[in-house]
Amino acid sequence: MPDDALSGPEWDFLREEDPVAAPPPPAPNELTERQDAPDAASDYRAVALDALSGTAPEPGAPKPDPILSVDTVLRRFGGLTAVDVAHVEVQRHSITALIGPNGAGKTTFFNLLTGFDRPEAGAWTFDGRLISGLPPHRVSRRGMVRTFQLTKALSKLSVLDNMRLGATQQRGEALWAAVLPPLWKKQEKEITERARELLARFKLADKADDFAGSLSGGQRKLLEMARALMSSPRLVMLDEPMAGVNPALTQSLLGHVQSLRDDGMTVVFVEHDMDVVRHIADWVIVMAQGTVIAEGPPASVMADDRVIDAYLGAHHDAPLSIEEEEARLAAAELELHAEIAADDAIPGGPTP
Amino acid sequence: MDWGAILTNGIESGLGIDGVYFALAAIGLNIHFGYAGLLNFGQSAFVAMGAYGLATSVTTWGLPFWVGILIGLGGSVGLAILLGIPTLRLRADYLAIVTIAAAEILRLLLRSVSLKDTFGGTDGLQQYSTAFFDANPYPDDKQYGIGGVDFSARDTWVMTVGWSLVALCCLLVWIVMNSPWGRVLKAIREDEDAVRSLGKNVYAYKMQALVLGGVVGSLAGFIAALGQGSVTADAFGSETTFFLYTALILGGAARVFGPVVGAILFWSLLSFTDNALRQAISAGYISEDIMTGTQVGQVRFMLVGLGLVLMLAFRPQGIFGDKKEIALDAR
Repeated sequence: MPDDALSGPEWDFLREEDPVAAPPPPAPNELTERQDAPDAASDYRAVALDALSGTAPEPGAPKPDPILSVDTVLRRFGGLTAVDVAHVEVQRHSITALIGPNGAGKTTFFNLLTGFDRPEAGAWTFDGRLISGLPPHRVSRRGMVRTFQLTKALSKLSVLDNMRLGATQQRGEALWAAVLPPLWKKQEKEITERARELLARFKLADKADDFAGSLSGGQRKLLEMARALMSSPRLVMLDEPMAGVNPALTQSLLGHVQSLRDDGMTVVFVEHDMDVVRHIADWVIVMAQGTVIAEGPPASVMADDRVIDAYLGAHHDAPLSIEEEEARLAAAELELHAEIAADDAIPGGPTP
Repeated sequence: MDWGAILTNGIESGLGIDGVYFALAAIGLNIHFGYAGLLNFGQSAFVAMGAYGLATSVTTWGLPFWVGILIGLGGSVGLAILLGIPTLRLRADYLAIVTIAAAEILRLLLRSVSLKDTFGGTDGLQQYSTAFFDANPYPDDKQYGIGGVDFSARDTWVMTVGWSLVALCCLLVWIVMNSPWGRVLKAIREDEDAVRSLGKNVYAYKMQALVLGGVVGSLAGFIAALGQGSVTADAFGSETTFFLYTALILGGAARVFGPVVGAILFWSLLSFTDNALRQAISAGYISEDIMTGTQVGQVRFMLVGLGLVLMLAFRPQGIFGDKKEIALDAR
């Protein structure tokens, strides 16, 4: 388990040495940045946990204040039912993890909710308004922004331009206004300032003028997350933010995910490694074979038999431990002996 | 061998009607392919739309010159929207297939026998440029130019208008591509879905780019029609589009001056190899057993093609491109 392996003190040198990796307790400069609303930050977490404490850990459980509410979403690819979710709600200001084994339909579900794919049936509301059927760009404009499993850094744009692109309601993005720079120069300056602030927070400030394509995999993940924040979303949907990132940077990314909530956003993220989830999620939704099979706080979900079955199969075919192997060998040997004994027992055979 | 004539012919060809017409059409293609990543293989259709819009309006329908220009511009906008509606929601390759087919359909329509009364069949149309040359400020009785590079008064007038249009289009491209609009366009070229996830209507941007590049393409059609004095459908075949791509990549895609320099160089090199080979044959440097004068037309394309292959191998970013940017693709 990669996370357990990194929790020991012998790994601390790794966290401190890597300038990008910040352990969950935020680095000093992050603390000063957020000093204007330290109470609010802890409030959001407390409010979410408080609200979720009264929620039954059952699939489709209603939440006190859902920001996202999904009903009977069905998506088929030919004969395969990829997603068939009866009901799911996401609590405002919570960090909700969507987990499940490979092929469970997590990413398809994400694509459906954000308008990148169309379901056969289903309706869902964001902040009380129906958004099912909207094209992706309009979902995003409502305040629900996503990232992608395979990072989509725009390689041949500078890191700063990637950030600027995230800002919404830019006057200069209309063709007629584009030819009249005085109309948008001032707004562009404000956007650039905001972009530089966010880049500093995500420790990408030195890279601002480089091509985004020159960043490392982990830095691209950070850039994608920062870019999504340029639009000041209310709900951030992260599709496997830790995929393909080295374990040291995982810690830093987890810290950033938590900081999104501290800023008042709701976070939903897809992950298939349950140990990554345990540290930051307030609530976990487990999908398997297209349906939601379990829901609840991380600790109770991890212990749920349905979840263990979904990950390992009802007939566990995980690698055997030494004890199990020995037990099986012993059993096989016993069987063999029994067979030999049976052979010996045949009349006319040699007797001992 | 008269190297002076070979050289001045080359320069005249690059700066003359062909050069300016190609520069404009390639600027349009640069908006499509270079900035928006739209694989338009039917740029010749937009050029034909401009040329035939003007020629048909004036010659066949007897409309004034300026109305002809408006019809040509309107035709290219209409063509862009018609091509864009079914294809821009699909993957890039579909646009390539549809545009190349549409360009061929348009060419075959323009040269068809049943529409001969309107478009003049394979003979094309003439005598639509009187109003344009009536406004020619250059006196007709002498040549214009310096150091052996000379143009007639008519050509000089077309070139004046043409290169002014090139300058205006370059300015326009520079301004819009450095605006937030251009930033969205370049981002779409890199990854459409990322741009969608950031709340931009990708389809609308691609349509705007297709229309803008198509309109610039129709400007090239006007210059071609005016410079050549007649329009024929077969002058706007698919090979025109491929030559335009050649010019664009030679100069460097997604660069403001890339298509302009590429177009000038393309025609200069063609003319240079053509003249050099012809003179070498007539002077006996190349034996008739190897190549005759009539084969030069084909061989020059082989040589230019070879040059392009070498260029793509050793300088894939074109003349103006940034090698670092090209290398990003390999990651």
